[in-house]
Amino acid sequence: MSAALAVAGITLAALSGFPGLAVRRDHPAGDRAAALLLGLAAICAAAASALVVSGTPDAPLALPWLVLGERVTVGVDGLSAFFLLPALGFPFLASVYSLAYYSAADRPRSARRLRLALGFLTAGLGTVVIARHGFAFLAGWEVMALAAFFSITAEDEREEVRRAGFVYLACTRASTLALIGAFAWLHAATGRLTLDAVPEIESAASTAIFALAGIGFALKAGAVPLHLWLPGAHANAPSHVSAVLSGVLIKVGIYGIVRFASLLPPLPVAGGAGILALGAASAVLGVAYALGQHELKRLLAYHSIENIGIILMGVGVGLVGRSLGYREIEILGLGGALLHVWNHALFKGLLFLAAGSVIHATGTGEIDALGGQARRLPRTALFFCVGAVAICGLPPLNGFVSELLVCLGLLHASVSLHGSERLIAVIAIPTLALVGGLAAACFAKVFGSVFLGEARTPAAASGHEAPRAMLWPMAALALACIAIGVAPQLVLHSLGAALHSFDPELAASGPALAEVAPFGLVSAAAAALLAGAAAVAALVARRPARRGPTWDCGYAAPSPRMQYTASSFASGLVDLFRWALWTELHATGIAGTFPGPARLSTHLPDPVLDRMILPAARWLARASIWLRWLQRGHLHSYVLYILITVIVALLVARGEFR
Amino acid sequence: MTLLSVIAHLAAAFVLPPLLLGVIQRTKARVAGRRGAPLLQPCYDLVKLFRKDRVLSRTTTWVFLAGPAVAVATATLAALLVPFGEPAAPLAFQGDLVLYAYLFGLGRFFTIAAALDTGSSFEGMGGAREATFSALAEPALFLALLVLVSLREDLSLSGLVGSGTGTLWATAAAPMALACVGLFIVLLAENSRIPFDDPTTHLELTMIHEVMVLDHGGPLLGAALLGAAQKLFVQGALLVRIIVPLPDGPPLSSWAAFLASMLALGVGIGVVESTMARLRLRQIPMLLIAASLLSAFGIVLVVR
Repeated sequence: MSAALAVAGITLAALSGFPGLAVRRDHPAGDRAAALLLGLAAICAAAASALVVSGTPDAPLALPWLVLGERVTVGVDGLSAFFLLPALGFPFLASVYSLAYYSAADRPRSARRLRLALGFLTAGLGTVVIARHGFAFLAGWEVMALAAFFSITAEDEREEVRRAGFVYLACTRASTLALIGAFAWLHAATGRLTLDAVPEIESAASTAIFALAGIGFALKAGAVPLHLWLPGAHANAPSHVSAVLSGVLIKVGIYGIVRFASLLPPLPVAGGAGILALGAASAVLGVAYALGQHELKRLLAYHSIENIGIILMGVGVGLVGRSLGYREIEILGLGGALLHVWNHALFKGLLFLAAGSVIHATGTGEIDALGGQARRLPRTALFFCVGAVAICGLPPLNGFVSELLVCLGLLHASVSLHGSERLIAVIAIPTLALVGGLAAACFAKVFGSVFLGEARTPAAASGHEAPRAMLWPMAALALACIAIGVAPQLVLHSLGAALHSFDPELAASGPALAEVAPFGLVSAAAAALLAGAAAVAALVARRPARRGPTWDCGYAAPSPRMQYTASSFASGLVDLFRWALWTELHATGIAGTFPGPARLSTHLPDPVLDRMILPAARWLARASIWLRWLQRGHLHSYVLYILITVIVALLVARGEFR
Repeated sequence: MTLLSVIAHLAAAFVLPPLLLGVIQRTKARVAGRRGAPLLQPCYDLVKLFRKDRVLSRTTTWVFLAGPAVAVATATLAALLVPFGEPAAPLAFQGDLVLYAYLFGLGRFFTIAAALDTGSSFEGMGGAREATFSALAEPALFLALLVLVSLREDLSLSGLVGSGTGTLWATAAAPMALACVGLFIVLLAENSRIPFDDPTTHLELTMIHEVMVLDHGGPLLGAALLGAAQKLFVQGALLVRIIVPLPDGPPLSSWAAFLASMLALGVGIGVVESTMARLRLRQIPMLLIAASLLSAFGIVLVVR
């Protein structure tokens, strides 16, 4: 039943762009129909998840296709349900937001194409998480990857959008290649492609499959140093698409890692420790790059890398716990990671949508050009503030709950494990604390520079509150952030079901999630905090108030341009991380008795993409000029190449060259 | 934990922090050869501030009010996690040390936001410094607590410092001492004391906390100062509970021992402030990194 519901939801999502083809390209009916169909898809997903979480047993659904002698099947278990809900629910919120943000009337050129792409993206995401067979998984993966390309390049009249699209395309091809390799190896080692637990497999083959799949999934998730596509794609896609990318698309990479870890027998400890180290590197470097950014959406994109890092830290410590048989560490690490998947989708989606409303209102996302938006966009500012507190992992919101679980997993590991594993956990804890501190600094900077103070430019001064269609999705996400923060018990069943389908032994012999996670007292503390802050505020605000200018040490004629800028705010920390960031500083010196005007600008190119991959690619292009004679521009010669390749591959496979 | 002791704990969290400030100020005055203000002066100041009207900048929004309100609320809740004069705090669970650290993070976030809300460049500078230094203080705090966690194999503050620290000093004095030095540096940094910042200079640029509340006046300033005093008190109480093992016996004697050691801490801070100069801003990160490294050495001694 739940599998059928999920398939129905995926079909509805895939169809959501089609009604719009029947009306004029600037007619609003297409937008509304898409939102309606995606809403129905979200309801199907919610029903399917609820059925699974409530414990209704469910057989996988066999589709009428045979691949390599096996029926292609789909099914929803606890882990699938956990990812299915955001995968189908999130695009619905994005489509409601786009009614005002990216309406057909405003953007007749691309709205129709974007609707189609978003529908297919949603369907692909859903297929990936319910696939029980390698073929369905890869098919869904490809649909998702290509639809994401067309969603990112919706505004392809701009050059940087096309550039970001191509970088994304190159990365997603590499990712698919790695995954096909992993599945092929799985088939060679076990003789099947179904995504069922592999009872026995050589440990070398298991490690190789996991490593290969891990590269493919880490490319999609955007872990450092494979994050190169992520900032450009997030910054250049329309904001609601950025929210979907960051909220659910990159999480499919996490789903893949968790799913493969669950299929294969427990990895050697080094596997989990490696994921933990990768996560720690992503978290620290992601937030350090974010601090140096000047553009709102690009900054948020780097924070996605940071949060993927936190999730991977949880996954890593959980897998270490699983390999060594420490159930409590496994539950806390993986539970924290999975909950952070949801939480990150909620608050990062919220932040991208709020950033979209600022850009919608002012036409710019340059942080140092904004300011004072809280008085012009009060509701958006409140929602952004909720998202900012949540993403910093601060109580009383949802980010704190998942970071607490990850941190508890690490703390348990630092107490119970021995030798090098213990040392790794001990190093990871202050790393997580540093990431939290840096994230708080970065969001204090963004929230303060964009929403508080005075407008720095005329464009910023012309801001206006977002229309209702944009506010409702933000309100829903903000409420969810508060709800999970104040009452984390709400997610106990979904999270428990996901953990149990990850590792059935946990259901049989492990402690319950509720026993190891201090949700009751966290909830009480969060409620006390909210009540306490409200009480103090009421007490302090009782006295009558007069309004005046900002005192500012008595300086009477400040101008908005004198405000501390976001770049200056972050410069102390950026300087400390110069060894990793290589900030570019362009300054004209001040010289002479009567110096002329001077300028200073800082620029932070992406260390991996701009400093390594692109120069390497340019060198490769120059070095391979002599290969150009292969590029004839004739279709039949390309088909000939493919034929020759296939024949050679067949000969190699038959062992003719041995 | 009886209701009476919870009430006593809460009362202590509101009444004692201004007194600690009074002790520090009196010590500094005595070292400088002055008689000094009465011990209760900070309390009188707070009462006076809370009875004033408010003056708000036209630039500000609700965030300006949220800054001091959240500062008091977070410091009070954090106070409930740290045992004062009893073996256990009113609120304790496995992992509450994470909540303890992140509560101060929340207070700091809103204090910085309230500073930026005024649109003043001075307050922006103060906020930037606070954000920079506290991001570096965070790992130092966790490393110091990790020394205790590794020694005691417990994940709640009450379990870590509640009782039996005396035996730890006998068996693992070196890592404990390193962690305490690390925590003391973090305490001075987080509370903007000398050598990180001089809380008595109100109109200079090298300020952190005081500059962020430049525009707060009346009850808002009162709440901001109360929150800051509570923060100092709570973090000091944690340090004191690690250093001084409380005697087993009736609550009265352990409370007396706690109060005496807090008094000693206030005198200690006052002496540090009288004998040291403020560091240059560029050197502050190095001191904080040094605090992290000290605690890291402590962990190496424990974990090996």
